[in-house]
Order: sequence, then structure tokens, then C-alpha cells
Amino acid sequence: MHEIAIASSILECVSAEAQKHPGAQLISVCVRVGELSNVDKDALDFAFEALTRGTDREHLKLIVEWCSRRQKCTSCSAEFDVQDFDLACPKCRSGQTACVSGTELDIAYIELEEEPCAKS
Amino acid sequence: MREVVEKKVLSENDRLAADLRQRYQSENIVCVNIISSPGSGKTALLERTLASYLPSHRVAVLTGDLQTDNDARRLARFGFPVRQIVTGGTCHLDARMIDRHLTELGFHGPGLLLVENVGNLVCPSSYDLGEHAKIVLLSVTEGEDKPLKYPGIFHRSSLMILTKTDLLPHVEFNPDLARDNARKIHPKIEYIALSSRTGDGFDQWLHWLNALQHKLQPHAAATNP
Repeated sequence: MHEIAIASSILECVSAEAQKHPGAQLISVCVRVGELSNVDKDALDFAFEALTRGTDREHLKLIVEWCSRRQKCTSCSAEFDVQDFDLACPKCRSGQTACVSGTELDIAYIELEEEPCAKS
Repeated sequence: MREVVEKKVLSENDRLAADLRQRYQSENIVCVNIISSPGSGKTALLERTLASYLPSHRVAVLTGDLQTDNDARRLARFGFPVRQIVTGGTCHLDARMIDRHLTELGFHGPGLLLVENVGNLVCPSSYDLGEHAKIVLLSVTEGEDKPLKYPGIFHRSSLMILTKTDLLPHVEFNPDLARDNARKIHPKIEYIALSSRTGDGFDQWLHWLNALQHKLQPHAAATNP
């Protein structure tokens, strides 16, 4: 249950990014989570809500983009989703494949709303 | 307005881990990060490992637990530098803890740094400690399907050690099935089966550690023949 630490790192990063846009209102943050990252989506949602409740980040929405494990065949270059732990290439059956997705734990983007310009 | 960030969530830990890697490099330290469920035999493995080394061997241990310094006391009996990291509830070690405790331990290379992580198969796998290899332990009293249930750590580990093999006659556990399950997740993971109690298979583990040191730091390894 390290999702509290993960949520806290996300909020730190969001704050650092938000400083580049003074006056803008934060709407959402999108995080990419891979199935090999050992982060549980529900636990992350729960931790994020617990950390933001009653703070100025209360309305910040967490969007989780789930990334399943994908392998790339080193013989025929086919890319495929791994089903039932079968890492062999479904196209040429080569066993030589490399992991290209599934370990992500990245902040993809934040969404902000600029305050309307004050009339002079 | 959408602002692309494209940053690792744990980028701060990754930055500190990169500093640690630099530190290991400049001080000729080879570091391994040992991870397992609670009770799989991490401390017993380290006890027998330290017991097998001559007093002149350059080795140190950092051992993590939520509470107590029991493990550090068990390991300090062998005369090598050992330090307990009490995380106070945190379920994993992070790079900042290693940096601070390594400094306080006062261990300088050349030599081998053995890090015993908090007993947990989930959270420690997310935190890079700058180590040269992650090692995952699985004991024969657990299930053969554990690699399938906790794929993240088996995917990231260089070596899987099956522990407590002296109990095999008393439990229904198929070592080949456990190894094959780990290789479904990570086809290249190395595999050693041993008993820290009887010493069976232990030579293979000591040889693996030596080979890692020779590969990474041939000059430093000469001080640990």
C-alpha cells in the first residue's frame, strides 16, 4: 500500500508544473499506470482523494490511463498485448520478444484553465 | 489548456537513485537489493552469507523494517558493518533512506553492499535504490504461482532465489513450476535454489555474488577473493 506515497509524489509534481502557470486553475492530472508498475488504480484513487480533501486541490481530478503489458518481437517487429502470460510472438511464434509497455508510472499531462484577462 | 508533462511520478527518487549509482561507481561499491514477502528468509540468507566470509571481506548490510532493530542485531554478530533502517510504517526503502544510512554507516568501497528491503513483494519494486541487481526470494512454503500474482517484482529482478529447500520433503511445492512461472514473466531471470539452514545450494549463490562483483568492478573484486 504505497499508493499514498505515489499520490503524494503526483501532487508534488503537479504543484511544480502549476507554478509555471500563475493564476491558472488546475482541472485534472493524467497519470499513466502500467500493469507491471505494482500500483493499484482503486487504491491510488482513494489515496489521491484522501490527500486532496479539504485542501486547495480538492477539485483536481485524477485521470488514470491503464497500460497493459505489450511486447515487441525482435524477429518480425510485431507488437502485441500479452494474454495469459504468453510472451511468444503471435505472428511468427518467436520467443525472442522485449517488453515495450506495462511498466509505466508517468505523469502524462495536466489540464489547466487560464483565468480570463482582467479588463484594463 | 492541456500541458504535456511526461515525467516519471517517482522522478525525485529516480534522481536520487542516479546519484547513488554515481556514488557506487566512484567508491567501487557493488549493491544488491534483496526483496521478498515477510518471512521468506532474507535475514537467514544474509546470516549465512556473512558467516561464510573471512573477516577481511569488504561487505556491509543495510536492513529495512517497519519497526525494531532485531535484524541488525542478528546480522551484527558477524563483525561486518550493519545498520538498521527503521521506516516507521513505510512499506519500502527509497533512495533517500539508502543515501543517508550509507553515509551514517560510514562504509566506503571497494566492497559489496547488501540491502535487505522491507518484507513486501509489491511496493519495493517501484523504488530504484541505484542497485546493480534486484534479487527476489520465494520460499517453498509459499505458492508456486506467486510470480504470476506479483509479476512486477519478478519482471524487474535479475535473480530469483528459492529458499528453505530443506523443507521440500514436508510441503507440496514444485520448484520447477515456480521457476517456470517466474520465466513466463521474465524469461531471462536467473534461478538458484538453496537452504540457508543446511547450506545446500549456497555455493551457487556465493559464486553468483562474486561473479557480479567481478563483472562490474574487477579491480574492487580482487580485494574480495
